[in-house]
Amino acid sequence: MLEGILIGLQTAFSIQNLLMVIGGCLIGTFIGMLPGLGPMSIIAIMIPVAISLGDPSAALILLAGVYYGAIFGGSTSSILLNAPGVAGTVATSFDGYPMARDGKAGKALTIAAIASFCGGSIGAILLMIFAPMLSSVALLFHSAEYFALMVVGLSAIAAFAGTGQVAKAILMTLLGLIMATVGEGALFNMPRFTMGLMDLQSGFAFITLAMAMFALPEALYLVMDPARSKSGQSGDIKDLRITRAEAKSIAPVIGRQSLQGFFIGVLPGAGATIASFLGYAVERNIAPEKEKQEFGKGSIKGLAAPETANNAACTGSFVPLLTLGIPGSGTTAILLGALIALNVTPGPRLMVDDPQIFWAVIISMYIGNLVLLILNLPLIPYIAKILAVPRNFLIPFILFFTLMGAYIGQNNATELLLLVGFGICATILRFADYPLAPLLIGFILGGMLEDNFSRSMQLYDGVSFIWERPMTLGLLIIAALLVILPSYRARRARARATGVADGD
Amino acid sequence: MALDRWIGLILLGIFAAYGYAAWFTMDGSLAPFMQRNPIWPSTFPKVLSVMGIIVALIIVLGLEKSDKPREENPSVIVYRQLKEFKLGQAGLLLGLMVAYALLLRPAGFILATVGFLVIGSAILGERRWIIMLIVAGLATGIVWYLVQVVLGIFLRPLPAFMGL
Repeated sequence: MLEGILIGLQTAFSIQNLLMVIGGCLIGTFIGMLPGLGPMSIIAIMIPVAISLGDPSAALILLAGVYYGAIFGGSTSSILLNAPGVAGTVATSFDGYPMARDGKAGKALTIAAIASFCGGSIGAILLMIFAPMLSSVALLFHSAEYFALMVVGLSAIAAFAGTGQVAKAILMTLLGLIMATVGEGALFNMPRFTMGLMDLQSGFAFITLAMAMFALPEALYLVMDPARSKSGQSGDIKDLRITRAEAKSIAPVIGRQSLQGFFIGVLPGAGATIASFLGYAVERNIAPEKEKQEFGKGSIKGLAAPETANNAACTGSFVPLLTLGIPGSGTTAILLGALIALNVTPGPRLMVDDPQIFWAVIISMYIGNLVLLILNLPLIPYIAKILAVPRNFLIPFILFFTLMGAYIGQNNATELLLLVGFGICATILRFADYPLAPLLIGFILGGMLEDNFSRSMQLYDGVSFIWERPMTLGLLIIAALLVILPSYRARRARARATGVADGD
Repeated sequence: MALDRWIGLILLGIFAAYGYAAWFTMDGSLAPFMQRNPIWPSTFPKVLSVMGIIVALIIVLGLEKSDKPREENPSVIVYRQLKEFKLGQAGLLLGLMVAYALLLRPAGFILATVGFLVIGSAILGERRWIIMLIVAGLATGIVWYLVQVVLGIFLRPLPAFMGL
């Protein structure tokens, strides 16, 4: 492990990679601050740039920096404008915005930055401890277990990430999976479902799909609903300092939420949003009665809790990605796609085959957090000026960057038409409350899922691997329970509710 | 019927067509030696199509109700508000994107991009033409430089008839 850390330090502290972290954090903060643009869109837009770097460690470091920066930028707009740019920072606005209204915007930003820093750093330490452990277990896995594990991951994402409707999330996952079967697979050497079109021979491009699923609908929403992109004067940000007493009172909150956030982030499908809401709720419940009254009115604990939790969860979500190669969230799914495009397959072999990538990413997480704290915080009053950029200029640029991203990736103008077509479909799906992240995760995992499934079928000459390998069977049962239980519980609760209504 | 169930119906159709291809048409062209394999190119799609059809039916038939009314969720846009939305602007911008896709090669990057950015702002109601042109020109130049020189990806800068 020590050797790995040293390799990581060596890679992460090269001039190029340091610039990547700093640049990524700044770009992420910059764009994440724009209301309505989440980290997924930003990362999707940045992917062509990262891929053309050609160096997987540098690319992953850049994208990870963008990710933290986006979360940090999102909390800034939550605090200053009450307009969270990212779902994971909605809970931040509960107490952050009241503080800003009281003229304590500077203090709120400092608390947010310190809480993010601690959450991210503690998360990175936990990642260092847990990722190698999980990796060594995962090395024992065979194709059959991998197949089952991906099924568990996909069902967990469908069960937790949906808007309470599991069937829709599963349907989106399946849609992603069938989209992944289009084109020529490595295993069979024959084109499938291309409908005779040459352009589909190599399948759908992942970047185009990522842009169409996230960046384009968000931009279109900004156009259609001007209220979402309220821009305004953020006022003066001064007095960034906090007192010793305040630091003392938020310290235990940060400690608790770093741990809790990290472990929620590790679970597939959970992630920063759930971690931040849960963190806020837990801290409110265990706070003394007097402080409980302050929650929602500008409590520093209420601000520190979600900020710590969402950053720790971001770090936690790298655990399944780096150790199993299974993304737990939309954002890490996009990172996985980028890595595959760079010819790196994340998974338990990553630590063995490419230790410099693995450790450099973890080390760069520290650096990224440090950059956010010492570089971004003092710059915030200036960066916040971007909130005043008129949307008439902003939106065409966002659209242009999605187009450029899809074009650079494939160098093919047909891809742009696909982008617009998928973007329209995605917007309609979002109208109808269909979650889009499961679709993209299904699409990215689809190839691997089928490969592992086929390999186990070939090894066992049929589907007998399901009952001949107990671990596979166990994982598949967990997957089934994950899908069935929420619908069953909802159905029972409804049955009970209607029963009561009938009795009246 | 609510929009989400209509979409469920469309998706059901997609899964049915996909399933038809997987179950009935794909295996015809399979080489004889491949047929001895326990797994065929159509095996995984067959599984997916069956699952997709079942889940789509659950949605279309309304067997699963949301446990909380969607109006409670602020992040979800209720599609009944659609009338209040600026659909025209969005449609025009999408049209502009299609035009950009079709014109990028023939008209060259610089012309197409400056046009896209200026017309895009104009659609959104901006009328300060000079500023728009300057901003669009600067941005186009910077992006072209980054893509062509820094990233080394060829982008034809000028219209096709002007050579290059």
